[in-house]
Amino acid sequence: MSKKIAPVTQSDFIKAYRVMLTSRVLEEKLAGLYRAGMIKGGVFLGRGQEALSVSVGIQLRRGDIFAPLIRDQGGRLAFGDSILDTLRTYLGSQLGSMRGRDGNIHRGRPRDGYYAMISHLGAMIPSVAGALLARRLKGEQGAVGATCIGDGGTSTGAFHEGLNAAAVDKLPLIVVVANNQYAYSTPNTRQYACADLLDKAAGYGVGAHKADGTRLMDCLQTLRNAIHAAREGGGPQLVVADLLRLVGHGEHDDFAYLDPKLKKSAVGSDCLLLAEKHIIEQGWHTADEVAAWRRETEDEVNATADRVRREPLPDPSEDDWAALSRPEYREQYAAS
Amino acid sequence: MITYLEAIRLAQQKALATDPRVFLYGQDIGSFGGAFKATKNLSAEFPGRVLDAPLSEDAIVGMAIGAAIEGARPIVEMQFADFSTCGLNQIVNHAATLFYRTSVPCPIVVRLPSGGTSGGGPFHSQSLEAIYAHWPGLVVVTPATVEDAYTMLLEAVNIDDPVIFCEHKFLYYHLKADTLPEAALPIGKARIARAGRDATIVTHGAMLHESLAAAQELVEDGYEIEVVDLRSVKPLDTDTILASVARTGRLLCVSEEWPWGGVTAEVLARVATEGFGLLDAAPMRVNAKDTPVPYHPDLWAAHRPTASTIAAAARRLLQL
Repeated sequence: MSKKIAPVTQSDFIKAYRVMLTSRVLEEKLAGLYRAGMIKGGVFLGRGQEALSVSVGIQLRRGDIFAPLIRDQGGRLAFGDSILDTLRTYLGSQLGSMRGRDGNIHRGRPRDGYYAMISHLGAMIPSVAGALLARRLKGEQGAVGATCIGDGGTSTGAFHEGLNAAAVDKLPLIVVVANNQYAYSTPNTRQYACADLLDKAAGYGVGAHKADGTRLMDCLQTLRNAIHAAREGGGPQLVVADLLRLVGHGEHDDFAYLDPKLKKSAVGSDCLLLAEKHIIEQGWHTADEVAAWRRETEDEVNATADRVRREPLPDPSEDDWAALSRPEYREQYAAS
Repeated sequence: MITYLEAIRLAQQKALATDPRVFLYGQDIGSFGGAFKATKNLSAEFPGRVLDAPLSEDAIVGMAIGAAIEGARPIVEMQFADFSTCGLNQIVNHAATLFYRTSVPCPIVVRLPSGGTSGGGPFHSQSLEAIYAHWPGLVVVTPATVEDAYTMLLEAVNIDDPVIFCEHKFLYYHLKADTLPEAALPIGKARIARAGRDATIVTHGAMLHESLAAAQELVEDGYEIEVVDLRSVKPLDTDTILASVARTGRLLCVSEEWPWGGVTAEVLARVATEGFGLLDAAPMRVNAKDTPVPYHPDLWAAHRPTASTIAAAARRLLQL
């Protein structure tokens, strides 16, 4: 490692906390809109995973690549996604980045390095690796790519193939595993048999980093280390953070399968509350100041939602219904 | 003489030489030159741009997609078309949906060494053009001549959309040409491979040559059969097919694929729905048998359509 890794500062922590807070407030709004029947499609929240997710997105640079997964609202905002585009996608506005053609957690802007996930878990790992390979072939140096996955996703063939292929080419890829204890309803005891998901890193010959997913400081420092190692030529880095998804799989899911012992265990803490407590205990800000940040964010989210609700919806008669970019390849089917 | 296989190698060589965005990625394609030698000497000629991949079809295609998003023009080789099903998810759910979802096109070429050869057996013989054509967002081509193998591969690299390039292994060595053309019919246009008046055979890939042999056989019976080489199955050149059926009034579709939901079914559906009045007789089709592709050469020879089974079908069609 040629450069020294800077320690996480008070300013870094507060900046990350503010994004976590925005993510939490925005997702609370999404849950409310879902209950009101105003959301197009599903709502899958990242409650409890904000510290980890924000720690990824906020420590990437312009020119890096980020392929988030379904519980990465925090990381998305940290990487440059906006409250506006989030709400546009969830509320089905024609002005959203996906124009009604795909929804919500699948949104992205690939040209900005913000990749649009597909639902098939693990699929983004080789794609980010390939993007990094293309950068290398172009002679560009210094960029890294990060992608997120859960405990369930580590069981897919795509995870294995992608991480292995990236390791063979020593690509600057960071794979972040949010070990949130459940894949939909499947507990980890039915997901993997190794002692710790981090054990997989040695098998692939990649860097290994463990974080306490409930602690923002630990997440920031761990991701900083992993991103640094990848950027400095250390090849792929696997980050595993233990935490608990604090909500059901989606808002349709009552989470009745949650083992109450997990909720009371170390992973069951709410990372946002712990971060808030840290800020106050350190004397960086008062509880009133933190409460004011929340109100400020709520106002912004509510105002944005009101604005988006007045925007046009996608018009089937205006969609060109073209899956291919080249117009002459678009076939006309008489009956459709 | 240039073989069909050498034409594919030369097209990749030219693409690498003329377009710095192009790179090749696949199993054994580096210094070994590929299982069929379609990339022979290319890794030495273009260091760092012809890369051996791990045995991971899903990751190979996934890597190509990411590279394409970043502006590269990857050509990936599946060692056999049959193994592309291990990469199916990335092809049909990621590459094929990217443009519609995000407006960012996905210019990858996936080379599928396709179709049967004697002794190939169930897992090294498949013709999968129809399943890829089924998903929106893919271009699927099936070159049947040395010239098309060369020009269509070069054209495929320049297309912004994902292209499934179904090259036929049966044609690799015995199909030869003196020279390679600079220009050709564009992808999406079918070609009248043989003009005729009594019936139309619509076909593609290696079956073009069996169909041409069948047409030649029928000359002795006094029939002139028109043979249409589709060249690309998606897009499908319905205009050329309908124009031919308008001339002949009779249609026989021939494909090495399995019958259910394949290219022959699509061609018949289009002619029946868009050109029913052009038909003087019920259209027919000849496909491979609806079983896995058998291993023993004697079984295999009876599994796929041949000049004689095509000619027999054409005679029945002509008597309707």
